[in-house]
Formats: sequence, C-alpha cells, structure tokens
Amino acid sequence: MSSDQVMRDMMATLPVPEFESTPWASPPPMAEATVAIVTSAGLHRADQDRFDGRGDVSYRMLDRGDRELILGHWSSNFDRAAYVSDHNVVYPIDRLEELAAAGTIGAVAPRHVAFAGNQPDTVSEVRLDTGPAAAAELRADGVDVAILTPV
Amino acid sequence: MCALAHVLEEAGIVTVVLASMRAVAERMNVPRVLYCEFPLGRPLGMPDNAKFQHGVLAAAFELLDASSGPVLVDYPEVVEAVETPLACALPPRFDPDIAPSIDEAQGLRAAYDRAVARRGATEVGRAIDADGVAGALADLERVAAGEHWKEVYGPRLDTIAIAHDIRAYYQEAALELVGGPIPGARQAEAWFYEETEAGKTLAAARDALTEQEAPGGITFYMQPVGR
Repeated sequence: MSSDQVMRDMMATLPVPEFESTPWASPPPMAEATVAIVTSAGLHRADQDRFDGRGDVSYRMLDRGDRELILGHWSSNFDRAAYVSDHNVVYPIDRLEELAAAGTIGAVAPRHVAFAGNQPDTVSEVRLDTGPAAAAELRADGVDVAILTPV
Repeated sequence: MCALAHVLEEAGIVTVVLASMRAVAERMNVPRVLYCEFPLGRPLGMPDNAKFQHGVLAAAFELLDASSGPVLVDYPEVVEAVETPLACALPPRFDPDIAPSIDEAQGLRAAYDRAVARRGATEVGRAIDADGVAGALADLERVAAGEHWKEVYGPRLDTIAIAHDIRAYYQEAALELVGGPIPGARQAEAWFYEETEAGKTLAAARDALTEQEAPGGITFYMQPVGR
C-alpha cells in the first residue's frame, strides 16, 4: 500500500472537530473578486519566525511578492521535493497572477496566509483566536475569496 | 484546513478547499470542497505544469457558482505517487577514516550549494544548517551504535528537526544532480531512505531511540509512516 494511502486510511479513522452547520458567504463575480491563498503548509519567509513542531496555532502573513518561502509544516509524511522545485504546486501564487492578468479574477490579494497543519486535535485556538484574526486581516485587505491548500 | 474554511466563511470570505483527505472533508460540513486525489504535498497536482494547475484552480472556482452547501466535488483526474527510488548516483567513498554517511554527505555538498544558489532558499535550517550535517550524522552514528541519547544530546532531544534537515539537504542535492523533470512524489524520499548511507543511519538511530524508549513522538516523526 502506498504511503499516501496509509495516511489517508489513518486520517479516516481519527475523530474530526464537529461543525454542525455550514456557514455560507456569497462571492462577487469572479472577474471582480480579490483572491487570497490560505495554506496549511506552514510557509514562511526566512526572516519570519519558524513554526514549532508542537501544535503551533500561529500564522504568518505572506506578501504578494514573496517567493521561495520555507515549508514549515513538521510532518514527514508528504512529498517535499515538488515544492522546492515549483512553489506553485503548494502555493499557486504565480497562477493567480496569471488569472488576474487575464481578467479571470479581479485581483490577487496583497497578502496571503500560512498556518501549519500540524494542529492540536481540537483546533480550538484556530477556531476562536488565530483563525478569526487571520480572517480579519484578509478582510481588511478586501479579500472576497480564499483558496485553501493543504499539504 | 477544513476548520479554517469554517472560520473564514463565517467572517464573510468565500472559501474553496482543495482537500487531500476526502474522509476528513466529508465529515466536516465544509462550504466548498474540491477533493483532489493527488500525492500528499502536491495539492495542485503536478509541479512545473501550469496547465494542470490552472485546471485545478478552474475546477475550484467553478464551485463558487453553487447557491448552497456543503458542496463536495471530486476532481476527475487522479495523480499517483511513484515509490521507486529516484535514480541519483551517490558520491564514491572518499575518506575511509570517517563514517560512510558523513563521507557521503560531504560529497554532496557542492550539489547542495548549487541548489541553494539556484533557488535562493533552502529547507535546511530547522535545527542545523548545511555545515552541521556532518556533525549531526556523527551524533546519529553514536546513537545507532548503542550510546544512550542523553549522553549524545543532553536533556533535549531534537531529532525530528535534525532528521528533517538531513533529509532536506540530501533531497535538494539530489534534485540538483538529477536535473530534468521533477521526479514523482515519494521518489526522493524512497531514494533517501533506501539508497543513501544517511538514510540508513537515520533508520538505525530511530530504531535505537525506540529501544531506549526515547520520549513519545520523537521516533515516530523521524521517518514517514511505513518506513
């Protein structure tokens, strides 16, 4: 069995945080939408604090022009070779720039967000504290749509 | 990732999750999920393939047309990992007076340096930098040979970060040496653990730490599951 399948089977048996309802926001037309990337890959610039490996609930704001970010997620259970060769496979910032240039989306957000996916099981801090704080920063930048990428 | 989608959506930001774990996503009432059965670590599916990546993004943005949720759609194309080791030659034995893993790591240094110069960044640096790889391998050799980890490391065991850095050093050097198309997912990992002296040293040290009942979690995260 492949390593990825082992991980998927393992995750399928774990409890997940409960969300009883589904929140719903309505997007503007895509050609007018400001789009941000929110990733759980733990990306950060070299001059930003690293994520620690013990369930770090913090996040890093990434500027639109940042490239060659460090992949700070602590798990050893995913491929990292692709990311170091092409950051877009995790963080499709150049693809968003192309979509904005083509007029498919309205704008690329001035800032993007990275959390580290290795979180405490309850994800309470992300739900109640750092998640809403990151959302508020994106809203302040006029972000309408977020594309969420895990590793 | 799915929990964050809830938080963002409640704040008024429309979300689409490119989920890699369907069994998690389908239990979490997430507004919009595009399930992508791609290798873990490659949520856009294929590196150096803008057309493929745009296809994934277009499918994700299509979900914004829905008027209510939860919405969970499977991306029609599956990408599989490749678990055969990367074909990357290793440096020949140079200094018989030092451990094979250290000799090997030093032989890869020029390729590693070229890789860093090309990218302008490195994943090495969580616990050690490239200059620390030889010393880190020497420590792991001692653990693998039976010394107790407290004698080698003192009270604080940081081998998860050290293992990450050694593996990153090797993988960045290997990608530089191989050149050409980016290898399939897990190929660089398979090469490191199955072909290199450092990978074998790391595995032996992990086994020794397990036997010494080193603190929980330390040994588990030194290597991917199943290795």
